[in-house]
Amino acid sequence: MLDAQGLTCTRGERTLFDGLDLSLAPGELVQVEGANGSGKTSLLRALCGLVPLDAGRVLWNGVDMDEARIDFLAALTYLGHAPAVKQDLTARENLRVAGALSDIPAAMRVEQALERLALSDLADAQLRTLSAGQRRRVGLARLLLHPTPLWILDEPFTALDVTGKRILEGLVGDHCRASGMALVTTHQPADFGDLPVRTLHLRQA
Amino acid sequence: MMPLLRAFAAIVARDLRLAIRRRGELVQPLVFFVAVATLFPLALGPEQKLLMRIAPGIVWVAALLATLLPLDRMFRSDFEDGTLEQLLLSPRPASVLALGKVVGHWLANALPVIVAAPLVGIFMQLPYGAMLVLLLSLLLGTPVLALLGAIGAALTVGLRAGTPLLALLLLPLYVPVLIFAAGAVDRAASGFAVVGPLYLLGALLVMALVLAPPAIAASLRISLS
Repeated sequence: MLDAQGLTCTRGERTLFDGLDLSLAPGELVQVEGANGSGKTSLLRALCGLVPLDAGRVLWNGVDMDEARIDFLAALTYLGHAPAVKQDLTARENLRVAGALSDIPAAMRVEQALERLALSDLADAQLRTLSAGQRRRVGLARLLLHPTPLWILDEPFTALDVTGKRILEGLVGDHCRASGMALVTTHQPADFGDLPVRTLHLRQA
Repeated sequence: MMPLLRAFAAIVARDLRLAIRRRGELVQPLVFFVAVATLFPLALGPEQKLLMRIAPGIVWVAALLATLLPLDRMFRSDFEDGTLEQLLLSPRPASVLALGKVVGHWLANALPVIVAAPLVGIFMQLPYGAMLVLLLSLLLGTPVLALLGAIGAALTVGLRAGTPLLALLLLPLYVPVLIFAAGAVDRAASGFAVVGPLYLLGALLVMALVLAPPAIAASLRISLS
């Protein structure tokens, strides 16, 4: 479980958030809301340890992040603003590389992930020939490569069509019902069915 | 295969595949290297003695600049498409993955230059006896350049005006490699023993292999924050 206490982050002169507390237990879905520039992305990146915090600490399963870093990273799937895929590689090649960077021998899961995101027919096309939404789906397929308990997703619905959106809502729903944790930022209203969603509203400090 | 080795190999293989798919970028350093080295005999005239005297320096300077040219690209596209973040969020040590990036970059950009070096040596009237030393010095020296260069590339990847800064940052660090490597080829061309400078290059390579990867990883972290 993820616990953040008193997080403070400033970028340049601006304070993005000050003394922010957040906890995420197994089975929980937290949706981070806020206007453009309110620090949603910075919050997610700070939780992952990509952005240094000015104050506060993050605990993973009760252990301070400095010590739990490796365990945390092994448990994390992070999808950033950019879909983190290579335009000159095919969908299958992209997922194989992503699989090799994680723990699981991914060859079999790659095919399942492609199928779940309705990408099987496009698996051997270089991504530069695909649309932005299709590229985003390849990025999302990483969620299925290896079952990590913690998903941190930054605007995952960007560029997705209705079918893509529904697939992703299904993925997040299944994940949380199977005791996964998900932290999602989004501008669009998302429908996760009967899953309880906690919202965290970031206001400009 | 060990997971760490698998991750390392995946990075190297991915970058080589990307390099082959972007052939235009791949041949750039090679074209630059061959062009510089062929223009010198044309500009200086075919006086064999003069060319022979300056050949080691010219070939090495051309090789150094040719490998400096693509450095800026080493992390640029990864930075822009988000794959660099994923490297740092992998449970594998970032320094090993960074080393994979450097190895892939070296194979794609420096190895073609090394393969073309004997040909350029012939243009420059380099004695045949010095050819082997030229190859050895390049095989030992260019990885050092790539490893040092990667630290600079990692530090400047987030900057818009990164390229000129990168050259300024790196050229002083490249000087020792240039002196020992060109010196070795020069001594070989004049018929002296060359083990000394080659050993020194080897020592530089070992040092860079050990010390550069953590520095690259730390620099990438700074650039991404």
